[in-house]
Amino acid sequence: MKNVISISVGEVALKKGKRNFFEKKLLGKIKAATRDLGSPNVYRELGKMYVEVNEDNIDKVINRVKKVFGLVHLSPAYKIEKNLDSIKVNSLKALKEAIKKRKIRTFKVDCKRADKKFPVNSMEVAREVGAYILQNTEDLKVDIHNPDIYVYVDIRQKVYIYTEKIYGYGGLPLGTNGKGLLLLSGGIDSPVAGFMIAKRGVSIEAVHYHSYPFTSERAEEKVKDLAKIISMYTGEIKLYSVNILNIQKAINKYCPPSEMTIISRRFMTKIAESIANINNIDCIITGENLGQVASQTMKSLNVTNSSVNIPILRPLIGFNKTEIIEIAKDIETFETSILPFEDCCSVFLPKHPVTSPELRDIEESEKVLDVEGLIEDAINKMKITTISI
Amino acid sequence: MFVYLDNSATTKPRDEVIDEMNILLREDYGNPSSLHRMGLKVEKKIKRGRDIISKYLNVKSSEIYFTSGGTESNNIAIQGIIEANKNKGNHIITSKIEHPSVLNILKNYEQKGFKITYLDVDEYGIIDLNQFKDELLEDTILVSLMMVNNEVGSIQPLEKVKEIINNNKSNAYLHVDGIQALGKIDFNIKKMGIDSFSFSAHKIHGPKGVGCLYIRDGLNIKSIIFGGEQEKGIRSGTENTPGIIGLSKAIEILNSEGNSEKKYLDDLKNYFIEKVKENISDIKINTAYINSAPHIVNISFINTKGEVLLHFLESDDIYVSTGSACSSKDDRGSYVLKSMGLKNVEIESAIRFSFSIYNTKEQIDYVIKKLKLRVEEIRDIMMR
Repeated sequence: MKNVISISVGEVALKKGKRNFFEKKLLGKIKAATRDLGSPNVYRELGKMYVEVNEDNIDKVINRVKKVFGLVHLSPAYKIEKNLDSIKVNSLKALKEAIKKRKIRTFKVDCKRADKKFPVNSMEVAREVGAYILQNTEDLKVDIHNPDIYVYVDIRQKVYIYTEKIYGYGGLPLGTNGKGLLLLSGGIDSPVAGFMIAKRGVSIEAVHYHSYPFTSERAEEKVKDLAKIISMYTGEIKLYSVNILNIQKAINKYCPPSEMTIISRRFMTKIAESIANINNIDCIITGENLGQVASQTMKSLNVTNSSVNIPILRPLIGFNKTEIIEIAKDIETFETSILPFEDCCSVFLPKHPVTSPELRDIEESEKVLDVEGLIEDAINKMKITTISI
Repeated sequence: MFVYLDNSATTKPRDEVIDEMNILLREDYGNPSSLHRMGLKVEKKIKRGRDIISKYLNVKSSEIYFTSGGTESNNIAIQGIIEANKNKGNHIITSKIEHPSVLNILKNYEQKGFKITYLDVDEYGIIDLNQFKDELLEDTILVSLMMVNNEVGSIQPLEKVKEIINNNKSNAYLHVDGIQALGKIDFNIKKMGIDSFSFSAHKIHGPKGVGCLYIRDGLNIKSIIFGGEQEKGIRSGTENTPGIIGLSKAIEILNSEGNSEKKYLDDLKNYFIEKVKENISDIKINTAYINSAPHIVNISFINTKGEVLLHFLESDDIYVSTGSACSSKDDRGSYVLKSMGLKNVEIESAIRFSFSIYNTKEQIDYVIKKLKLRVEEIRDIMMR
């Protein structure tokens, strides 16, 4: 019976002077991700991490731990006594278990001896275990170049045996790289953008703009559902919901129709900057992409950037839509994103938005608006919810 | 002020209905098929309920079958009649504005090779009898029409439909979806020669999840649901006893109050229409003055968006319905309004108001006041 999950950490192990700091962070994240599954014991051992589990909840724990950023792969493993006999018996057992699940003709034993005090070296262990497996099975051969399965023997303070590697998302533990404010719409792109930046160790909060009653309450529910899915990777998310109807009305009334989208965009970015400043957030994250829609041109991005001083991270900038969809499906936000409720009413969408706005023109148009007042009012009325799984 | 004007979607259950159902849930929870006393007690209650309903409809109690609601009633009747009579022909007539629970069954049969005629409707949602006469053929086995349309409230001339069936010596059965008609307009199933008739409890202040199907005794119909042979094998499955008792209680009240309630709704609707016309310009009323049910009125407020207006009214605690979503894609608009030949600007700005006896003139005055403000507000934004 597999009784432990063996976890390999990636970049975290490479951070020389800060390794201990990163490992401790990661350990905390793994603990947090599994707290409601009976708080399994999580511990470090010579650069690897282990979660003790029992067989009935091993799949659940793996599914949770897999979503913790900073780990490269994880393996359900046997934690066993440190002697050669035990290694042989359990290696055979692990291999036989794998044979039940799929067709296996060739194998290779891969031994690592981190504990050099163990009397048998890794080459010898591999040879002995290989021979033992051959003696006790039929129709199996060793293939050291391209085997159907590897039997891993990991000799540390204890010995761990496993045959399977489940890939995690890599990256860095959350909170090791500051905090970002994600502009979260109901679409496909923004949840992916949030995921990608969070993967690099950035904690996430989110802001959502709506124009109720020009948009439906269901659109807001959809955004909350998306935030919930993202929170499986990032932990609890603080969601700021801002109604920008008055802003849109004002733009609609006083500015050229073709500039509706870009001026709204500048307002949203400015509001995000204010929220970020109040809450000690270091950057804004958007799902913007070059050329996907008429408003996402280089010039538009520039005009938007000029409205604020805070850095704006756009991790999807060079992605194709199909590539974004692929990630959205992988992180399980896609199905929710394609639900029909829109967070922007078509009433406010101009037929012909400007595609190459000039900063001077836009600033001139904005002069008739009480920009500060409108932003302050929107922020005063915003609602804050905490979203978690 | 809270005003619920979405009574075509569903209605508030009457207190008396809830009280009766509570007894079934708390005490008389026996299975009517059980042989012991608890079963018998509930069996008797159901029998009494069936009697109340058959008496209200002027039909025999043996002709009443309990179902899970309107959709299931339509399915059992339409599929059951087609399956039993497909050797006689493969042509079915319906209209373009039927409920999806009728249209989607027939689309399914169309894929299986049946010929389906979808009758056109005029600008008020009423079928063309001349077209019906032309389309009625020797191999027509079924005519399925609704008595009252759920979106605009139009009443179909079903007596004339039956007359044409008879005059043409057609053997076609007449199935009627009466879900929006029950309790709202006068009709006589027997006199009209209706072969099967569907209705639902939650449209008449009863509970959700229960409905009825009238099937004329002697009608050639096959079962499409198989199981323990409840409801004479037409609708197997343990009876929804609280639902059935709730439904019969709702009908018992209709029996005593129904006529005055119809009059009340009619007055309310006319009052509403007059007030809207008085206060708001540039509208199109999509419901006919005559030949329409007393509880539904559909109005387009030109240069607004139905869904936006709906959400504005919702913020005033007023609840209505729209036939189209807030989208530039016109394929999401109401197929009923489209079939009536409305222009896109009329379809996307259409709102359905549907009334019940719980609405008052004071509520209407409040709604008109808010409606006027909200329509102006939206037009102010949209007409720039």
